[in-house]
Amino acid sequence: MNPMVPSRRDFLKGAAAAAAAGVVPMSVVKLAFADAAQDFTFAYISDAHIQQISGAKFVHNWDRGLIRAVAETNLLNPKPDFVMFGGDLGQLGRKAELDHGAEMLSKLRYPLHCVMGEHDYYLDLGEYWSKLFGPHHYTFDHKGVHFVVLNSILTYDDWTYNRWPSAEQRMLEMAGLDNPNGSPFMVGEKQRAWLQADLDKVDKATPVVVFSHSPLQKLYKGWNFWTEDAEEVQALLKPFEKVNVIYGHVHQIQYNQIGKIAFNAVMATAWPWPYPQSYAQAQNAMPVLTVPMNRANPFFERDATGWQFVDVHTGRVAMKYNLYNNTNRTVAWNPGTGKPEDSVFQDPAKRIPPQVHY
Amino acid sequence: MKQISFGLIVALGLAATAARAADAPAQPLGLPPVPIPADNPQSPEKIALGDKLFHDKRFSSTKQVACDTCHEKAKAFTDSPLHVSEGIAVRGKKLTGTRNAPTVVNAAYFDAMFWDGRSPSLEDQSQHPFVNPVEMGLKDHQPILKIVRSDPEYVRAFDKVFGKKGAQVSMKEVEQAIAAFERTQVAGDSPFDRYFYAGDPKALTEAQKRGFDLFVNKGRCVSCHVIEQTQALFTDNRFHNIGVGINDIQKDVPELAGAFLQAKATLAEVDRRVLGDKRTSELGRFAISREFEGLGAFKTPTLRNVAVTPPYMHDGSKKTLKDVVVHYNNGGVTKEGDPVNDFLSGGIRPLNLTDQEVDDLVSFMEALTSPQYASLPSGARTEVKP
Repeated sequence: MNPMVPSRRDFLKGAAAAAAAGVVPMSVVKLAFADAAQDFTFAYISDAHIQQISGAKFVHNWDRGLIRAVAETNLLNPKPDFVMFGGDLGQLGRKAELDHGAEMLSKLRYPLHCVMGEHDYYLDLGEYWSKLFGPHHYTFDHKGVHFVVLNSILTYDDWTYNRWPSAEQRMLEMAGLDNPNGSPFMVGEKQRAWLQADLDKVDKATPVVVFSHSPLQKLYKGWNFWTEDAEEVQALLKPFEKVNVIYGHVHQIQYNQIGKIAFNAVMATAWPWPYPQSYAQAQNAMPVLTVPMNRANPFFERDATGWQFVDVHTGRVAMKYNLYNNTNRTVAWNPGTGKPEDSVFQDPAKRIPPQVHY
Repeated sequence: MKQISFGLIVALGLAATAARAADAPAQPLGLPPVPIPADNPQSPEKIALGDKLFHDKRFSSTKQVACDTCHEKAKAFTDSPLHVSEGIAVRGKKLTGTRNAPTVVNAAYFDAMFWDGRSPSLEDQSQHPFVNPVEMGLKDHQPILKIVRSDPEYVRAFDKVFGKKGAQVSMKEVEQAIAAFERTQVAGDSPFDRYFYAGDPKALTEAQKRGFDLFVNKGRCVSCHVIEQTQALFTDNRFHNIGVGINDIQKDVPELAGAFLQAKATLAEVDRRVLGDKRTSELGRFAISREFEGLGAFKTPTLRNVAVTPPYMHDGSKKTLKDVVVHYNNGGVTKEGDPVNDFLSGGIRPLNLTDQEVDDLVSFMEALTSPQYASLPSGARTEVKP
């Protein structure tokens, strides 16, 4: 055998050894009871916020984040079955931004599915995004898993259609944090009816993975880490044995468990947000912060950004976070405790104290 | 810059006093105490033994290459102006590696050795070049052990230093002695040190002072080439992709990186592969860490004595310090307007320095030369030819 082209088994052995040393972001962890035929992986890139300055000038830092994530995703071995983009491709929903971002995503060597973010939507209500990427909400099945893509960043019709003198103004208002003129995200009655009809046809033992831009849980309203009809959406998912919700928007690692629904957030390629309670004065309901990240060093532009490689086995997900200038992390479903947990740092004795200054 | 509390400074000072052996060199201005591993304390006899081993050409397959062939004291412990190192000669032709010989001077302060940090200590590092096929060419370390166990001078020295004889002498003792010698090669006291740490305003020229300001501000150099309140190692001991080497193999990255992602290579394999193949060499830190962050990334070298150790970068591809600054000024490409590589480290971006500012930065780097190397030719602005 050519030593430079080892078998998949060799890779898995190497990966297991490397994972023990904590160095490889894409290690494949096999569970003894997993049905290997149904195991697969996909990559998740999110929140690129490609931002036009003027003409052909775009914010350099956000460009580099997406370009790098795409280039790295293309190197993955074993190869992911597909790539999700988790929303907020553009910053202000402009055609130039979505086109520029789509050009970067076009370098991906895998099938791509996209989620709508509020920064893609509120200029033209997703019209141009739809021309590039297709419907705002849809489902697909892959190797025994039912995938649902929701547009969870809609809001009240009155706010969307009657409040603002211009589409640009509407976009800017929704882009702001702690903005008294903002409005909470929601999936909305119409889409929930569609979801109900779709899920009625799916066997309740089928693993379900839901992709949304906002969290589908109520964490912190000021920054729209929030979905107004989260309870109603969760009720539709409740009959299923294994449900995983993966969301963007929050630009940080979050994980939570409500009933049988596991929640995992993804990193942004653009910039990090702080964990709200470390920053905001207002009331919030964030999951307990168990593993604080280092404060980002502003010189290292990619610090505290990242992307994900996701293992799906026995219908549950293991999120492998590729984190620049930080220790890579894995948040995986723990069958023992029945919730997602950090595979290394959940144990308080193993945590690395965050660096508080440079 | 790192802020250090007064209490910590006092504590560090006390620790340094306690750790400094009587025979350790006086601490040069601008440098912290040399870290000495607990299991390899310094002694004059051990240092002398290491010095002898460092210069022994018998430890190569052709008996013509010693450590000091590529790390020559008269060249500030480099092989300047070679762009990559020359090892054993095969059929009259010297074999070459893929990387520029880094100086031994102040290597004692690095967290990891080699440009890609594949070795964790001076002790560990010293064993690898002996058995690299393009460096000293031995098949294994046995020929070295044979010599040190039988040559009367070595027999006496190993007995005196380590209390070991015959088969008791192993590569561990050889490595420890070489490392002990290398730890004596520290050099500070540069004009910059006299200016910044001794408060001598006349130690720097006006151009060098302007260059210092650029170094810590507009040029963003200090973010990786660290200067602190009490010392300056001019390195962050981290790995960065700055667009050197990797820019030439961008299309090959999937193929080259794939080979490392599929199977973890042993360190000895990595050592052979990265010095034996230029394209593989350009993967940099990734070949060791197998983390994407390390693609095309190399260790931040210290800048002390940099003016007298041309050429520059891990592959010796930049002839002068001016070429280096121009590369950074272009945002990580050598030719203005060329596309940057996909894996470029955050922080590397066009600097918009004027020609005058480029010159001032070069002047500042010339102020980092220690007195003992001040007479060597400078590669700051003009190419030093062999």
